Amino acid sequence: MSAISRDEVANLARLARISMSDAELDHLATEMDVILGAVARVQEVAGKDVPPTSHPLEVSNVVREDQVVPSLTPSEALSGAPASHEQRFKVPQILGEE
Amino acid sequence: MSLNYEQAVEKYEPTLGLEVHVELNTKSKMFCGCATEFGAQPNTQTCPVCLGLPGSLPVVNKKAIESTILIGLALNCTIAPYSRFARKNYFYPDMPKNFQTSQYDEPICVNGYLDVEIETDDGSKSFRVEIERVHMEEDTGKSLHVGGSTGRIHGADYSLLDYNRAGIPLVEIVTRIIPNTGKYAPQVARAYVASLRDILRGLKVSDVKMEQGSLRCDVNLSLSEINSGKLGTRSETKNVNSLRSVERAVNGEFIRQANRLTSGERIIQETRHFLEESGQTRPGRSKEQAEDYRYFPEPDLVPVIPDNKWIEELRKTLPEKPSDRRKRLQQAWSVPDKEMSAIVNAELLDTVEETVLLGADPTKARSWWLGEISRIANDRSVFPTELISVKDVYQIITLISQGELTDKLARQVVEGVIAGEGSPADVITKRGLKVVSDDSQLMKAIEDAIAAAPETADRVRGGNIPAAGALIGSVMKATGGKADAAKVRELLLKHLGQ
Repeated sequence: MSAISRDEVANLARLARISMSDAELDHLATEMDVILGAVARVQEVAGKDVPPTSHPLEVSNVVREDQVVPSLTPSEALSGAPASHEQRFKVPQILGEE
Repeated sequence: MSLNYEQAVEKYEPTLGLEVHVELNTKSKMFCGCATEFGAQPNTQTCPVCLGLPGSLPVVNKKAIESTILIGLALNCTIAPYSRFARKNYFYPDMPKNFQTSQYDEPICVNGYLDVEIETDDGSKSFRVEIERVHMEEDTGKSLHVGGSTGRIHGADYSLLDYNRAGIPLVEIVTRIIPNTGKYAPQVARAYVASLRDILRGLKVSDVKMEQGSLRCDVNLSLSEINSGKLGTRSETKNVNSLRSVERAVNGEFIRQANRLTSGERIIQETRHFLEESGQTRPGRSKEQAEDYRYFPEPDLVPVIPDNKWIEELRKTLPEKPSDRRKRLQQAWSVPDKEMSAIVNAELLDTVEETVLLGADPTKARSWWLGEISRIANDRSVFPTELISVKDVYQIITLISQGELTDKLARQVVEGVIAGEGSPADVITKRGLKVVSDDSQLMKAIEDAIAAAPETADRVRGGNIPAAGALIGSVMKATGGKADAAKVRELLLKHLGQ
């Protein structure tokens, strides 16, 4: 049985706002299944005494003091924006009429 | 026929849950050093981290963690020995990263409670509100929707984004279901948010200004028929931003859901918005398609593992609980319950305490702040301390107790200070408001009053003390209200052999 179905890949694509053709979905579903299979093998090796990790280094509590450092200027901040207006990022319509 | 609130509570019982978001008052943001000033020009407080530019790396603000632990301790929570951040993925331009850094299944504080008291038909009653979790996250940017027919997001032509607020530390405090509130659900919700706000203010971790959005409440409510044992479908009313609105939102949602259920309609699980004007709610995004945020541990941040030493150091800095403080002050000032509630409800407890700490009499401090000054402040829709300082009020009260001002003159001094005529001393000089305390001057006025009404004077001489009132009145009039009435009375009676 495959680790991820074609429908699940389609749903992920929808959530990630990536449009995909049927051929691409077929292809990716197979490819992701191989990747998940490889990960599953790692899972088999890790015993119950090995906690899942989200970070490769054994460090914790990395913090900074609450100090203000200079920000970008508004023009620097907006320099990469496709559109801006009144010193704000301008984005296309978010939701259509109800 | 539609049900009103009284009819609705006879038929249905509520299941209430509250989520409160509070912006911390750190100087810098949660994961970067950008400033957090409220009301700054758009996009002047951003950097590659909070704009989510490629290659930028977040680092957690230590004070934000400490503030969250303090909140957890004040709410009787367990501080988790191991806690992690997670990415909450969604596509919406209020977060330029396309995810919000939050906490998911490993929040920093869990399993707390807060007891709140409300007035019921059977006297005051305490409700325990259990806290499920307190977690850290970041606020989002501010959007402005331009064009379209309604000025709302739906059908707007385009939207404008200001990311100054994106990345400001935000703490989310989530209750468990609050059981058995019955018809008191609106009051319990309000009392909970009010108590929480007092605690947060006492901890000095947030400005807790609901009107500026630094404290906002989401109200989750569902109804079920009384004794049916079934849970109803809930709605979530978002971003309610005043105590009064919290109470009204619960009330309004209660009535709306009761009416739908009674007429056989179903409740849709959805997000709703509270409408200030009508006290009702309107639908927002539908949650029927369960949102899939694909949470996963934030790989750019390391776990937070607070050791006992850190937690105990923070615990030592916890201030007195607001409820304890209230009891202590009430006793020290010998204030009746009702008046103490009035001070607390007017949010003047700090102000009255400061005035008393300077040396003012508690009763006088209370009556000036809650009386004359609050009256003027209400008229102008401002907070009393925006009109006049604690120090000025203390000075005025002192002058009254020293006999330099009468209450009547003091009111004019307050008026002058509020009008910007300077300090109380300045106003007294400029307006010539000093009490006539010179005995010879007073005696002259007393003799004039007696001469003008010899028969009244005779009655007083004959033992009719109340008759002195008329004479005192004319002396007060002659001195333009600047005499101390008690003193006039004393001199007058003595002069008439009483």
